[in-house]
Amino acid sequence: MSDLSLDLQQQVLASIHDGEPLYIRGSGSKVFLANHSAATRTLAVSTHRGIIEYDPRELVITARSGTPLTELESALADAGQMLAFEPPHFGAGATLGGTIACGLSGPRRPHSGAARDFVLGCKLLNGRGEILRFGGQVMKNVAGYDVSRLMTGAHGTLGVLLELSLKVLPRPAASVTLSHECSAAEAIAYMSSLLGLPYPVDGVCYDGEHCHVRVSGSAQAVHDARNKIPGEVLPNPERYWEKLREHTLPFFHHHGTLYRVMVKPATPHLPIKGSWLLDWGGAQRWLYSEEDLATIRHQVALAGGHVSVFRGPATARFQPLPTAALNLHRRIKAGFDPHNLFNRGALYAQL
Amino acid sequence: MHPRLTDTALLSALRGFLPAESILDDVEDMQPFECDGLSVYRQLPMLVVLPETVEQVQQVMRLCHEHKVPVVARGAGTGLSGGALPLASGVLLSLAKFKRILSIDPHNAQATVQPGVRNLAISEAAAPYGLYYAPDPSSQIACTIGGNVAENSGGVHCLKYGLTVHNVLMVKIVTMDGELLEIGAPTLDAPGYDLLALMCGSEGMLGVIVEVTVKLLAKPERAQVVLAAFNDVAQAGAVVGAIISAGIIPAGLEMMDRLAIQAAEDFAHAGYPRDAEAILLCELDGSNAEVSEYIMAVRKLLTDSGATEVRTAVDEAERQLFWKGRKSAFPAVGRISPDYYCMDGTIPRRQLPHVLQQISDWSKEYGLAVANVFHAGDGNLHPLILFDANQPGQLKLTEEFGQRILRLCVEVGGTITGEHGVGIEKIDQMCVQFQTLELQQFHAIKHAFDPDALLNPGKAVPSLHRCAEFGAMHVHDGQLAHPELERF
Repeated sequence: MSDLSLDLQQQVLASIHDGEPLYIRGSGSKVFLANHSAATRTLAVSTHRGIIEYDPRELVITARSGTPLTELESALADAGQMLAFEPPHFGAGATLGGTIACGLSGPRRPHSGAARDFVLGCKLLNGRGEILRFGGQVMKNVAGYDVSRLMTGAHGTLGVLLELSLKVLPRPAASVTLSHECSAAEAIAYMSSLLGLPYPVDGVCYDGEHCHVRVSGSAQAVHDARNKIPGEVLPNPERYWEKLREHTLPFFHHHGTLYRVMVKPATPHLPIKGSWLLDWGGAQRWLYSEEDLATIRHQVALAGGHVSVFRGPATARFQPLPTAALNLHRRIKAGFDPHNLFNRGALYAQL
Repeated sequence: MHPRLTDTALLSALRGFLPAESILDDVEDMQPFECDGLSVYRQLPMLVVLPETVEQVQQVMRLCHEHKVPVVARGAGTGLSGGALPLASGVLLSLAKFKRILSIDPHNAQATVQPGVRNLAISEAAAPYGLYYAPDPSSQIACTIGGNVAENSGGVHCLKYGLTVHNVLMVKIVTMDGELLEIGAPTLDAPGYDLLALMCGSEGMLGVIVEVTVKLLAKPERAQVVLAAFNDVAQAGAVVGAIISAGIIPAGLEMMDRLAIQAAEDFAHAGYPRDAEAILLCELDGSNAEVSEYIMAVRKLLTDSGATEVRTAVDEAERQLFWKGRKSAFPAVGRISPDYYCMDGTIPRRQLPHVLQQISDWSKEYGLAVANVFHAGDGNLHPLILFDANQPGQLKLTEEFGQRILRLCVEVGGTITGEHGVGIEKIDQMCVQFQTLELQQFHAIKHAFDPDALLNPGKAVPSLHRCAEFGAMHVHDGQLAHPELERF
């Protein structure tokens, strides 16, 4: 439960002085997500931890970045609340800072919002060794540029997250998951049709055989939706969605490279050989494929989407940016981290 | 004869690619553009351009970049913070001709529109598919989506459905040097940094928005509103926390105090109880069954918390009427006072009784009445300070009162603007909200997009010197703000 902000600041200042690039590390649970970073020193943030403020009536929690997600989630559960973006942990020690820096969201994302949607404010350490605060603990705040959300998914390349304030939501009173067997084409059409229907759906996944639809809300709403959504009630639904979120379903026991394919949800099944699992109602598709990355990127680009290499070997994991966008990224990076200290190359080789 | 000289070289270059009717340089023609919704600030631009195509916008930007002429972009001009106030030496770039809805895609629940499309027009176009665009600022019949993105507009339903930033997927922008960039993606996230978050609420400082793709939602099966009256404002404020603690997220949760209730009632005849000290409007939406269940729960919470009256709208007409009263609160207050000054602070909800009491005390001290209208669910306050600009000194007094309210919002952990933006109006209050290093970081972001600072200069983020001068007038606890700067 200690505030190590000033200690971390000293380490950053020392790195500036010595010209030694830094790799920011929490528990290490998500190291596999980013490209190799050419850092000579590690900035350990997992001991900078603790919940600073939490008043359930405000629907906001503020904690230090090294706080384990499990600690945060258990405090929220005690008050009947949750992180509505259902973040994947990918490891027992997953920290709040790593979760936000990687910007990952779980099955509820298309329905409740992404990690970035719940970030209200942050305290960060930039590459000049300055401690800055942006945003705050209120939901509506348009004073200044939205730096807190910019940090989300930046993989630590813009600064060290020290504290984060997140919006939280009540846990639904009831939930049920209904599963029906169908083809991929039928699943895509069905999942797309759900977008136009006012049901309290908060999870939709097609695993290659079954389409699973989770409905959550008041007891009445859930009861009502059971009559409108086809399929059998899935036993142990919490376990299913948790395994989907954590990539521990049998599908994820495949060997080989796992790709994350992002397309518009109604995009027809893509002509890429491999095994597919469609989450987020078809908007986030997981693919194990032997095809080469260039072929996959090309096919996905034709459908208007983008791909990252999620698990497996790759030198450039993330979808390449057009030149003008990459140049803008470099200028933004320079604006936060002029000495190019933080997580060099983790996101793109040029950053 | 023009009272001011225009840059003739610039003008003739513009005439090279813009039709004559797309350039205004006559004072009379430019008058409608001299202010936005914050009409106490007025300024004629050097000239107004109304391009019709993205290529024309790019050409205008390249030309202005080359001649180092500042550019201010403008949508419908409904903004309340002076963000679209022109510069005497700058070009005002109106997006009024970008009015086409490019596509409604029901299969992916998204719409792509030009920036000059009105907020409400998107929902109207999506309605045949059972879809709508959620953010609904009070000005939604007039305000445009480009401006909504620039201001990160909210609305009465943002407690449940979020602000513009939560409902936009992609924008196309033209940068100051004329480059066309896609920011975000039609997919649920985009590669690289979340620049879309930066664009939302950037107040025209980073780029000119020329296309917007928004997320559409399924229209709820049912929406129902409950009106509750209270004898005590603090009591009404406490119920807000109680509803949320019960696990209910209303679609809208609004509060008005006595003066606002009476003004709104006289104006809209919404059926509000005129003798109440405060009313709450609580809207619940969702499936039929869910709404019924929550209405029962909310009614009980309201009654248990001491509401003197709890009424559920009997039909859709009455629901609309309840909202009409709330949505017309500003013009209603405008009828009972020669002028009013609308504040836009946000505070943590638990601070509501304390902040209200303080505003009430200051109201007596200044002899200026205040009507309070709040988005209570998300802690966004709109105190309306009533004054008469024709009374010497009243505007100055009102501004001072307003500044104290905003300072208080920051002190209790809130912010100087929840949804109206900084613009020119709250530029000095930014020095209260942020320290020098943070402002420098904002300038670094601006520099990454617009190194010559030609886009909407002087708005949204104050210069450090401006803060030094402002801070010198407000020495807090004997400490001089921004001691690192030279004084003039």
